[in-house]
Amino acid sequence: MKRVAIQAEDFDVGGELAALEALGGGGVASFTGVVRGGDGLVALELEQYPAMTQAQVGRIVDEAMGRWPLLGVSVIHRFGRLEPGARIVFVGTASRHRTAALESCAFLIDWMKSDAPFWKKEHFAGGATQWVAARDEDAVKAQGWDS
Amino acid sequence: MRSRSIGRGPGMTVADLVTILAARGGGYAEALGDPAQLRAAVDQRSVPMDTMIGEAKEVALFPPVTGG
Repeated sequence: MKRVAIQAEDFDVGGELAALEALGGGGVASFTGVVRGGDGLVALELEQYPAMTQAQVGRIVDEAMGRWPLLGVSVIHRFGRLEPGARIVFVGTASRHRTAALESCAFLIDWMKSDAPFWKKEHFAGGATQWVAARDEDAVKAQGWDS
Repeated sequence: MRSRSIGRGPGMTVADLVTILAARGGGYAEALGDPAQLRAAVDQRSVPMDTMIGEAKEVALFPPVTGG
């Protein structure tokens, strides 16, 4: 099972996990990213490069499925305006082996952060906005999987 | 979107294109003046900046991504 969804709408984590569990592998790992509040943040606005996003995320998923023995992978990434507490991203993996499920889940979220064409803009109370700067440590983490 | 014409040399890389565009100054220089802060995709695939453009239909230049 390979599921890649790029969408504005929220998603149901329980339903996504249940679909992975139903594959029968016995091991499911997941990561959910949620908009962090604080410092007067009112919302995050996520932009993407629509023509490329689905294919690029699909390639990252294919890479994970080639590296680990996985029965299923689900990746969901939202775009648009998201307020603190809103879910942004979901990565779920299913395998017969917990190490494969856990490692591939970490690999996928690291690569989503460094290679999927999304950009975050912060909106603050009072109307100020600011593009989020990429963090070098995210790129280093993703590249760490190359070795 | 404004349309601009650039000769496509046989060995032109993405980095060459960035240099040519940045040399136009103004908004181009502002957006493309720091190659370390640019990422590229050719025909919607991530590529290193030294990739040859070849017969590609689309070259995209953007800042480092911040999704996830």
